[in-house]
Amino acid sequence: MASVKYSQEHEWISVEGDVGTIGITPYAQEQLGDVVFVDVPKAGRKVAKGEACAVVESVKAASDIYAPASGEVIEANAALADAPGDVNAEPMGKGWFFKLKLSDKSELDGLMDQAAYEAFVKSLG
Amino acid sequence: MRYLPLTDGDRRAMLAVIGARSVDELFKDVPASARLAAKVGGLPDHQGELEVERAFQAYAAKNLSPSTAPFFIGAGAYRHHVPSTVDYMIQRGEFLTSYTPYQPEITQGTLQYLFEFQTQVSLLTGMEVANASMYDGSTGASEAVLMANRITRRHKALISGGLHPHYRRVIETAARWEGFNAACAKPDAEGLEDLIAQVDKETSCVVVQNPSFFGHVRDFAKLAAACHAAGALLIVVVTEVISLGLIKPPGDMGADIVVCEGQSIGNGLGFGGPYVGLFATRDKYVRQMPGRLVGETVDADGKRGFVLTLSTREQHIRREKATSNICTNAGLCALAFTVHLTLLGEAGFTRLAALNHAKACELADRVSSLPGVKLLNDSFFNEFTLRLPKPAAAVVEAMANRRILAGVPVSRLIPDDPTVDNLLLLAATETATEHGMAALIAGLKEVL
Amino acid sequence: MVQSLDRSQGRIGGGAADTTAGPAPATFTGNRALQIEESLIFEMGQPGRCGVDLPEPPKVKDRLNGLRRSGDIGLPGLSEPQVVQHYTRLSQKNYAIDMGVYPLGSCTMKHNPRINEKVARLAGIGDLHPLQPVSTVQGALELIDRLAHWLKTLTGMPAVAMSPAAGAHGEMCGMMAIAAALEARGERAQRKVVLAPESAHGTNPATAAALGFTVKPIPANDRGRVDLGALKAALGSDVAAIMLTNPNTCGLFESEIVEISQAVHEAGAFFYCDGANFNAIVGKVRPGDLGVDCMHINLHKTFSTPHGGGGPGAGPVVLSAALAPYAPYPWIVKDGETWRIAEEGTKADSQPLGRLKAFHGQMGMFTRALAYIMSHGADGLKQVAEDAVLSANYVMASLKDVMSPAFEGPCMHEALFDDGFLKDTGVSTLDFAKAMIDEGYHPMTMYFPLVVHGAMLIEPTESQAKEDLDLFIAALRSLAERASSGTAAEAFKAAPRFAPRRRLDETLAARKPVLRWRPSNNPPEGDPMKQAAD
Repeated sequence: MASVKYSQEHEWISVEGDVGTIGITPYAQEQLGDVVFVDVPKAGRKVAKGEACAVVESVKAASDIYAPASGEVIEANAALADAPGDVNAEPMGKGWFFKLKLSDKSELDGLMDQAAYEAFVKSLG
Repeated sequence: MRYLPLTDGDRRAMLAVIGARSVDELFKDVPASARLAAKVGGLPDHQGELEVERAFQAYAAKNLSPSTAPFFIGAGAYRHHVPSTVDYMIQRGEFLTSYTPYQPEITQGTLQYLFEFQTQVSLLTGMEVANASMYDGSTGASEAVLMANRITRRHKALISGGLHPHYRRVIETAARWEGFNAACAKPDAEGLEDLIAQVDKETSCVVVQNPSFFGHVRDFAKLAAACHAAGALLIVVVTEVISLGLIKPPGDMGADIVVCEGQSIGNGLGFGGPYVGLFATRDKYVRQMPGRLVGETVDADGKRGFVLTLSTREQHIRREKATSNICTNAGLCALAFTVHLTLLGEAGFTRLAALNHAKACELADRVSSLPGVKLLNDSFFNEFTLRLPKPAAAVVEAMANRRILAGVPVSRLIPDDPTVDNLLLLAATETATEHGMAALIAGLKEVL
Repeated sequence: MVQSLDRSQGRIGGGAADTTAGPAPATFTGNRALQIEESLIFEMGQPGRCGVDLPEPPKVKDRLNGLRRSGDIGLPGLSEPQVVQHYTRLSQKNYAIDMGVYPLGSCTMKHNPRINEKVARLAGIGDLHPLQPVSTVQGALELIDRLAHWLKTLTGMPAVAMSPAAGAHGEMCGMMAIAAALEARGERAQRKVVLAPESAHGTNPATAAALGFTVKPIPANDRGRVDLGALKAALGSDVAAIMLTNPNTCGLFESEIVEISQAVHEAGAFFYCDGANFNAIVGKVRPGDLGVDCMHINLHKTFSTPHGGGGPGAGPVVLSAALAPYAPYPWIVKDGETWRIAEEGTKADSQPLGRLKAFHGQMGMFTRALAYIMSHGADGLKQVAEDAVLSANYVMASLKDVMSPAFEGPCMHEALFDDGFLKDTGVSTLDFAKAMIDEGYHPMTMYFPLVVHGAMLIEPTESQAKEDLDLFIAALRSLAERASSGTAAEAFKAAPRFAPRRRLDETLAARKPVLRWRPSNNPPEGDPMKQAAD
């Protein structure tokens, strides 16, 4: 059963075994507006927790996506090239960005669970 | 004062609404130490138009205008005839005094002409996409190198000895302060340079110019292939954009980025500025391209319209992660370019290019028959290099004393290299006359 | 992660179809009187048409190294009347300063006098080649030097670099000079941090980052100005410079600026001043007296050179004695009675940082700016600043009861509001701005600076008559009142209704970029001839 955790930068990571799938949250896509382009990391790239590794662009903003945990990129969502709007339509589903083979699952402990994230979003007002 | 509509009565009424007794109250945050008792000293007071005009006529009278003298200067800026229509269109207030089209609903005029401009630049250069202009060719060339560095993630640019020396220096300055390496080949007066052997896996880009600074027309297809094999980009600079009416465009040679100085079309010499940089590249690199881009879309009624797009590359959004710090384009100079090119069209542009080449051929033959003068070029468009029997700088000065503007001594732009001291760059455009050429030849005969 | 943005910006369907008024009657052409639907030149051209008459070129043997261009370029052919009509019709779709209030904060949309255009085009000025022998351009060099003298005197600074082509280019020049000065001191590697407020214009951090600096934010206090204590805490031996705008981008004069510059200098760092807002203080305050080390001046803002639809600009940079030795090539020198250009190869006592641009600078803008400066004189320029500040305060005072000023007044030359007054109305800053278009005004600057929610930055400049300001104010009051009614959101979201175009789909433009015309592009929607043929 996949477990989903959230970062303060509004990324989610869904972990199944050693693999984490990463995307942005519904709150994040709403803040951004219509997504026009996602720059995803290439398979094989090693990223450290907190490292900027992707960029999501809307018409009026561009935001860095930070790896919520360390690992190696094993797959990027190629469909986003033709359908960046998937990020708006299904940010937790088909709008995923990339998958990581996690190197240190203990890093996930510092992330929020769903309840904590929802409280966090509420606190932003 | 004619530009200030507020009367003293207006000012009093406005202060009353604000609730201040004097306008100086509104400047209360200015530290006392910086508050001036009166206007800034040492400067004259206001003047009417008549006096202002006279002052500028006095400045103008101290200069030798190219329209009054035989004229053969090029070296990166070219004297062409600009049709009268151009100047009238660009001075329409809706163009002259409008701003960047950030509110597209009421700036479709600007957006549409820029879309047309981008298309024209793509066609001229043989490339897939072009931006809405850069400040000029030299800064465009520097931005092209930075773009190549970003794309290849390498830091070593290889600069041809045929690149305009000012452009080379702008790139070197960027290299020095922005942290990359610019390896510059020595001046290539003979046009024999071969850079292929120097391209390696560390090279981000090779920057060449066609025609070169010295006038040579080269085919860069092999160099392009060598660059691509090594994972590097080929950047081709064109300082005389009219040459694209007659010469195979860089896009057809395999260039990845093409930068042109567009001044020759629509924009007079203007003592060096403002000019207009043209910047074109491949579709796959469009998100790495600096400068503004106009794109087509539809409005809420389904009508075709144009907007600034892909803005997230730019400084106002990406801030420290922008592709460049650039904020403006060349605006009105781009409009002048596109109006002139639209007047020319296919037939006029190609004919203009042919006229230029014909004039230069004639001049080259006449001048190289002077004793002691050697033409270094087998190929050229409208500008070529001569080796004189004595230093060119003194020759040009002597000719200027005879009120003849006889080209540019290469040493003016490459001052630290004695091997170029005797080299003279001469250009002949469609504006060159029989009378002017005869005067040039006669003058050179005396001076040499 | 993302600052205060209106979510409907670029959102598909954000410019809702007009549901609040009946459709306007259709015309056969799609035109509406003076508003003409205009095709692209590529859709208008015909081979065999040409807008110039050129002589037949003599036949010559090519000397093109066998590289003659083959195949068509693809440029359309139009006659001169068609060209004039095309661009005239395009021009009629643009708002411009010449039409009225253009309240774009931070852009200084003042009147562009036509004497500037006339003198720039004089034979012997507009037609000079930059590389003519210096003996043949003495008047041009004198002109540039005269402008330089004005800029130095107005700012109280000893030196000026004239060559940068735009404000952002001037920032690059100033920051490079700082980098050069640090290198000369042996401190370039040690001092890698540049401090800038979060309200800074995007060019500031972009420039600093390009030069390898790390940008750290300086917080503002609740009066909208730099927090001096926080700044002092951030100043260390790793700081190269601060980049400040003064007056700042919130339209406020940094009251502690002298203390700021002292603290910066004590820490061994430099003070870069962004001169975009110089119009508030020109002729009244000299930045040199405030302790700046360098400041770029936007000739196209403060000194009336035309904005031209986005350019060209000019960004000369005044420099302190500490930075003057690093000014880039070229500059003008007077030797006795003659002028010359200091360029590469001429002996210099200084250590120029290099060259930023081919040739000598934006001469066309120098000429225009100098004509403007001479027209105003020292007395007129002081009045310019006073009237600009007066007008902005008048706007602020006249609107503060119906709109929400971001900070307590007085302001300088621009008035900053936030979207507090639109809370719970369903109307955003963007919607409010688009409604201004229907009222006949170009909107003010929106969503800048980023430090204020839904920012609206209004800069009337000194060029507006009081009656025109009063009408503008009344229009904004009317819009604010309509928005506050809470029932007008739909009408605002449908704006603009009367402009040549309704709201445009920016999402589509960014997702599927079409950046040039191609023969395969479809003809425009609503092409009457196509419809007639179908």
